[in-house]
Amino acid sequence: MASAEAGSPSSSGAPTCSPARESRVRYDRGMRIWGAEGQDALERASVCLLHAGPTGAEALKNLVLGGIRSFTVVDGERVGPQDLGNNFMIDQDALGRPRAEVVTASLKELNEAVGGSYVVDEPAQLISSNPSFFHEYDLVIGAQLRCSDAAALDAVCRERGIPLILGRAYGLVGLVQVCVAEHCVVESKPDNTIEDLRLTEPWPELAEAAAQVDAGLLDDHVRGHVPYALLLIRAAAAWAATHGAPFPRTSAEKADFKEGLRSLQRCIEGVPVEEENITEAIANAHRVWSGSSAPTPELVRLFQDEACQHLRAGSSPFWICVAALSRFVASNAAGALPLEGNIPDMHAGSQEFLALQRLYRAKAEADAQEVEGLAHDVAGAAGASVSRVTSAYVRSVCKNARRLRVIRCPALHPDGLPVRTEPEKGGTDALRQALASEDATASTAAFSVLVPAADRYYRTHQRFPGSLHGSEVPEGEVSQLHAIAQGLLAESGISGVHLPEDATTELVRWGGAELHCVAAIIGSIASQEAIKLLTGQFVPLAGTLFYSTVHATSLLFA
Amino acid sequence: MNHPEGRWSGLDNLLTRPGRFVGPGFEPGPELRDFLHDDCRILVVGAGGLGCELLKDLALSGFGSIDVIDMDTIDITNLNRQFLFRTADVGRSKAEVAAARTMQRVAGLTVTPHHAMIQDKGLDFYAQFHVIVLGLDSLEARRHMNAVACSFLSYNPDGTPDLATVKPLVDGGTEGLRGHARVLLPGVTPCFDCTLWLFPPQTKFPLCTIAETPRSPAHCIEYAKIILWPREHQDTAFDPDIEAHMHWMFARAQERAKEFGIQGVTLQLTQGVVKNIIPAIASTNAIVAASCALETLKLVTLASTGLDNYLMYSGVDGVYTLTTQYERDPACPVCSAGVPMTAPPTCTLRDLLGLLTLHPALGRLLREPSLSVGSVPLYARGVFEEETRPNLDRQLRELVTGPLVELTVNDKGLVAPLKVQLRLQVAEE
Repeated sequence: MASAEAGSPSSSGAPTCSPARESRVRYDRGMRIWGAEGQDALERASVCLLHAGPTGAEALKNLVLGGIRSFTVVDGERVGPQDLGNNFMIDQDALGRPRAEVVTASLKELNEAVGGSYVVDEPAQLISSNPSFFHEYDLVIGAQLRCSDAAALDAVCRERGIPLILGRAYGLVGLVQVCVAEHCVVESKPDNTIEDLRLTEPWPELAEAAAQVDAGLLDDHVRGHVPYALLLIRAAAAWAATHGAPFPRTSAEKADFKEGLRSLQRCIEGVPVEEENITEAIANAHRVWSGSSAPTPELVRLFQDEACQHLRAGSSPFWICVAALSRFVASNAAGALPLEGNIPDMHAGSQEFLALQRLYRAKAEADAQEVEGLAHDVAGAAGASVSRVTSAYVRSVCKNARRLRVIRCPALHPDGLPVRTEPEKGGTDALRQALASEDATASTAAFSVLVPAADRYYRTHQRFPGSLHGSEVPEGEVSQLHAIAQGLLAESGISGVHLPEDATTELVRWGGAELHCVAAIIGSIASQEAIKLLTGQFVPLAGTLFYSTVHATSLLFA
Repeated sequence: MNHPEGRWSGLDNLLTRPGRFVGPGFEPGPELRDFLHDDCRILVVGAGGLGCELLKDLALSGFGSIDVIDMDTIDITNLNRQFLFRTADVGRSKAEVAAARTMQRVAGLTVTPHHAMIQDKGLDFYAQFHVIVLGLDSLEARRHMNAVACSFLSYNPDGTPDLATVKPLVDGGTEGLRGHARVLLPGVTPCFDCTLWLFPPQTKFPLCTIAETPRSPAHCIEYAKIILWPREHQDTAFDPDIEAHMHWMFARAQERAKEFGIQGVTLQLTQGVVKNIIPAIASTNAIVAASCALETLKLVTLASTGLDNYLMYSGVDGVYTLTTQYERDPACPVCSAGVPMTAPPTCTLRDLLGLLTLHPALGRLLREPSLSVGSVPLYARGVFEEETRPNLDRQLRELVTGPLVELTVNDKGLVAPLKVQLRLQVAEE
């Protein structure tokens, strides 16, 4: 072992394990998703949880395991028998003790690096009496809040720009709501991305590299080492020269184009010899006509966004960079975005491939420098600070330009309906359509109205419908709830839709129970959304997710 | 058993009241809760990311007797999601620690750990359980458990599955922010082998790229693993869990990268490539495991509509869920009443064995098959080989009475014998 280590004295890049790094070994499987920067962000985060039932406890459990800095649990209840049947963070010895204290102790056991504290107080009480309590947190999770309390908390957090996530498990259904006025994502990390290779619009150095391939094609050995991107650039240039169009358009033309690539293959006694790089070129020929370096429709919308059009002194680095990107696109004749610089692996000689990779990276770096200059210009003109517009940030924006995302979540409806309060933005359409559907969506949509209706029932009766002991579903409570739900719909201007009686009966059957599995699903979705908000990676839910485990169906209201 | 009054009140609403969205034949009543707690037996396969969550979720869904099987020991990198384990537990048996912690928290629960490989247990072990819930991370292990579950299945004479022999499997899986939960009822819904295409093959680099023209950090790491290690350590198998092995691999991969001017070989990447690490976090595991546990509860109690039959979840862009009703492969070698085959009556038994090993579905499962009709061996490997060898050159019409024969195929590599529905038919020109 000693000799193996001595054998690589020049490897200055080898990570020498500092204590700080070593302690991160436990986070390895997560850091493969969100990287060191994502982990840094989690380790800075302080999270507040309201209500320590299973939904909230499960949400916080996942964040504690992920390594947030600290948490605070707010809960006013004492441990009762039902906590022993649905909450894993509570055991039998805790009966009668404050639930906030018990859950905090159990959560702290999961990760010694995470700080935890608790406040014994009713969340609803705290929201109304001491809204500034929430100001010190990076994120607030509200679990099992009834609609009116949720709307009040949304107002408090929205005003201070504190991200809020709501999770609610009710019988066999539940909902998760992300409440942020605006959340901008650079690293949205979609599952599939196609690299921008500039095959039909190569910059001069790349065009030159492709032109030099001509000589190489004569030599059998050299030819097999040419990366397919260069073969395609060369073929596209030849096509443009002979057809007066940048690339083939009809399917016959495309077939012709591929035939031209196939003809590069060497033949032995008239039989073509398959060569990997040429096969790859044919398989990737579509990149010639489907590739685009122009801004995506989503990005064009961001360019037109008020936040980009009118930078202010307080503009964020994100919007400063978007404005710089917009300038960059306008300033080049092709209307191209800065080059991302990544290329896929291509069957080729090592040196041929690495030379090509360097070419793309150098161009990406040159473009990024230009964008950085523009960012400083536009920020300066708006009187905005450029200190947070770091070189690394600009480079990340350039690399992800086609994947930038902004989500804005509507303020919560005060009655808890999953609809927008602003009628001009689609208002109640999504709910109306879902209620009118023919499949499991209709019952799921009905449940999404019945949960807020149950909250209204609670306001009158101080308990949820069906929550009294008994083996029958109380019919009187079913009809009361049904009337409340229909009233809610009418008040919101949703008329002429049928609310299935079956759904109402089923919801009353559950009696408002917080079942562990449903709570775990809802709480854990909430925690995944929290990680997206805290790391600034991936795209959070832009509004309300209503999930029914009855048919494993979800509805999105954004 | 100490159950404070009202402990299960939420669950009781579901189990004791009639519902409008329930399984066929749901009979609400307090007996259901007692059955869950006192009589129902559940096996959790795997005590890792999903397994820890499953134990918690099943325990708090009222199941009173759970077994868990896992051969692994606890590693420091498990602690970001396997919440039943603590730093001080590193090196201990996952199954044993997970069982003890779950029982500590949930009063009245029995969890029986099995620190063993799934292949070490016989069919009689698996037969004890009402439902088997899988928290696995490899296709190989899933297919083993699938073969186990399908081995219990028998068909009625009319070709319908005998429902009393259906051994339900519930399966979960995650990768990053994505995951799935599925319910497998052998004979009723597709089994793993019906939908093998759901598991994409692993990417493998061509050997010539690794040996001659490396272009990426991964190529350099594969070179160290596939070419250098066997060359320099003829007698020692590479073990990624031995630190010295991993450092050797990392150093060689770095040298290779330096030689070609390739950037980006890190220890983290080296570990990822050689161990084929799948990124995994608590939240996704918890979503998937809770879905699986809830479906288990539905299967046993019928208290709500069951998942039919596959749920996928992705948190990459917002939240996306999709429920898909996959379909069975009627000729599946593992769960069907028999793979249909046709052979002329003049075909010799030797030629039939050849056809079996070349069959597109059966071939991948068989190496040295034995054949029988009912309990009568046609050709058997092992002690009866000599006795049955003369059959090899006899024609099928001499050995069996057609036109339709149910053959039993066995092979050392199989968990349980397979069935073939052989039709004796003169080949059409």
